[in-house]
Amino acid sequence: MILMLQVEDIHFNYGKNQILKNISFDVEEGLLCGLFGPNGCGKTTLFKCCMKFLKFHKGSVIMDGIDIKKHRIEDMAKVVAYVPQEHKPPFPYLVKEVVLMGRTPHLGGFFGVKRADKEKALNALELLDISHLGEQPYNQLSGGQRQMVLIARAIAQETKLIFLDEPTSALDFSNQMRIWTLLRKVAEQGITILACSHDPNHVTWFCDKVVVMNNNGIISQGAPNHVITETILDEIYQNMCTVRSLDNVKMILPRDVAVKKRLDTKTDARAPN
Amino acid sequence: MFKRLKHTNILERMNNHDVKGFSDMRKFVILCILFAVMVLAAAFAMVLGAYNISFVDVYATIIANLSPLHDVSNFNKLHNTIIWDIRLPRVLLAIIVGAALATSGAVFQGCFRNPLVEPYILGVSSGAAFGAALGIVYPHIFFSIQISAFIFASIAVIAAYMLARTRGQTPIVTLILGGIIIGSIFSALVSILKYTANDSSLREIVFWLMGGFYYATWDDVVIIVPIVSLSFLVLWMYGWKLNILSMGDEEAQALGINPEKSKMILVALATLITAVAVSTVGIIAWVGLMMPHATRMILGPDHRFVIPSAAMLGGIYLIICDTMARTLTTSEIPVGIITSILGAPYLFYLLRSKGSSLIG
Repeated sequence: MILMLQVEDIHFNYGKNQILKNISFDVEEGLLCGLFGPNGCGKTTLFKCCMKFLKFHKGSVIMDGIDIKKHRIEDMAKVVAYVPQEHKPPFPYLVKEVVLMGRTPHLGGFFGVKRADKEKALNALELLDISHLGEQPYNQLSGGQRQMVLIARAIAQETKLIFLDEPTSALDFSNQMRIWTLLRKVAEQGITILACSHDPNHVTWFCDKVVVMNNNGIISQGAPNHVITETILDEIYQNMCTVRSLDNVKMILPRDVAVKKRLDTKTDARAPN
Repeated sequence: MFKRLKHTNILERMNNHDVKGFSDMRKFVILCILFAVMVLAAAFAMVLGAYNISFVDVYATIIANLSPLHDVSNFNKLHNTIIWDIRLPRVLLAIIVGAALATSGAVFQGCFRNPLVEPYILGVSSGAAFGAALGIVYPHIFFSIQISAFIFASIAVIAAYMLARTRGQTPIVTLILGGIIIGSIFSALVSILKYTANDSSLREIVFWLMGGFYYATWDDVVIIVPIVSLSFLVLWMYGWKLNILSMGDEEAQALGINPEKSKMILVALATLITAVAVSTVGIIAWVGLMMPHATRMILGPDHRFVIPSAAMLGGIYLIICDTMARTLTTSEIPVGIITSILGAPYLFYLLRSKGSSLIG
């Protein structure tokens, strides 16, 4: 398999405060890869280093075979798309206009936008089943809808690689599932996705590969079934989690709840007598 | 994926000439209408004035002046002076100043991602006011009020920019704070000059601060028109990039636009046209804040359309205000007073009726 993203030995610090140390991982083409770790472990910083928003001090990031240090900003945008955490822009752009912004790296000329660009934007909306939102002002949508529009924008950008920063952190259960299902759909089209998340269940259920990080750097990477284990979870969450299997689906439960549940079942069983 | 999707799409849309639901035609039509309204307003403003000259006479004089022979000897000399040397440059200057302020307002609001920003935010107006006041109080040292105003306007903005620049970056919040700091320093300096000035200079400073087109001449028009039109064209070309920039720096970069570089160019040009406008006609408030809002209500927030239509609306607005300024009473009213009196209730109305959709 072709490696779409190779991160090698990244170091980054804000002043004296070392955030990233010795970070290395890679992602093969067409995979949905989850970057999993607790709050404050540097997931977002790592993302920003990979996107060249922050300048890292040591190491290299290679995307689609090219070192990003050699890329200009204009060229980067043709290789990788970025889906930020949803936010409100100050102006009421229509959804279709926001998606059309994804075409920016491919535009040229005075007014720039060609017929084909508009069609690609509309197609991206169709792919995500949100064509009905096209005419609405983006900043009046709900958080989940905005997140979908941003994903549509990344798809309209037609890059081989998409980065998502906590795509489901502000969403309700049904929207979280919609987004992850959608990301699976996108990955099946051959686009490589790196999404960071702090929910162990999500990365176990939906990702092809998981990179686990804590404050000391990357502690494990590989297929979710091998990586999301009690040992690893204990290492990042200090003995808080229990891994269970429900109809062959892995579930991560807080240990307290799991223990309490077991005791409850015992008492329930005894009660009728 | 895209090949497949595009294929079905083109087949589906074969019969449609334009991409359905994504047409910009309506917006282009509105731009044309605005242009027509601006020309009409200018034409109308030429006929109005304290001295009554008939419609026919006005245009006969203008045509005679425009014709290659330039033969105006058989026209009333007074009419010729009033129309060609006073009213026409004044109307043209009103258009171009309105366009400059409104354009730079739209650009500043987009760049700073804040719909309440106006072109004077970086201290241009206070700097220009100080420069002008110096020119008025010490005419033998600062021989031209206009040049002095322009120089100090530039100094103010550059100082604000230097204050804000840290480690190779210029965060918007510090830039705005820098502008406020520099602005307040220059306002204090203006107050010192006002305090020490004699009565006639004081009166002149106060008049200058209220803004007006009283002294409009062809010389002003010849200087300001090329600067503003060229800058306007460049800013308009940046319209789409401004849309992206208004989403935030990181997103702009992820979409292939260098935010620092683009913002630098946009802010520099917007400041240049503001400084040129302010140093020529004084401080005219509200145009830069209001016109971009009015435009977004008509055309939506796409800056490719906001910039040209804000410019034209600015032109129309200043033609109307200036015509009122010189015709309402026997003596002139400073145009800044009229723009504010008309502008403030309008913004109030906007906030009350459309506040949520405009300001988000």
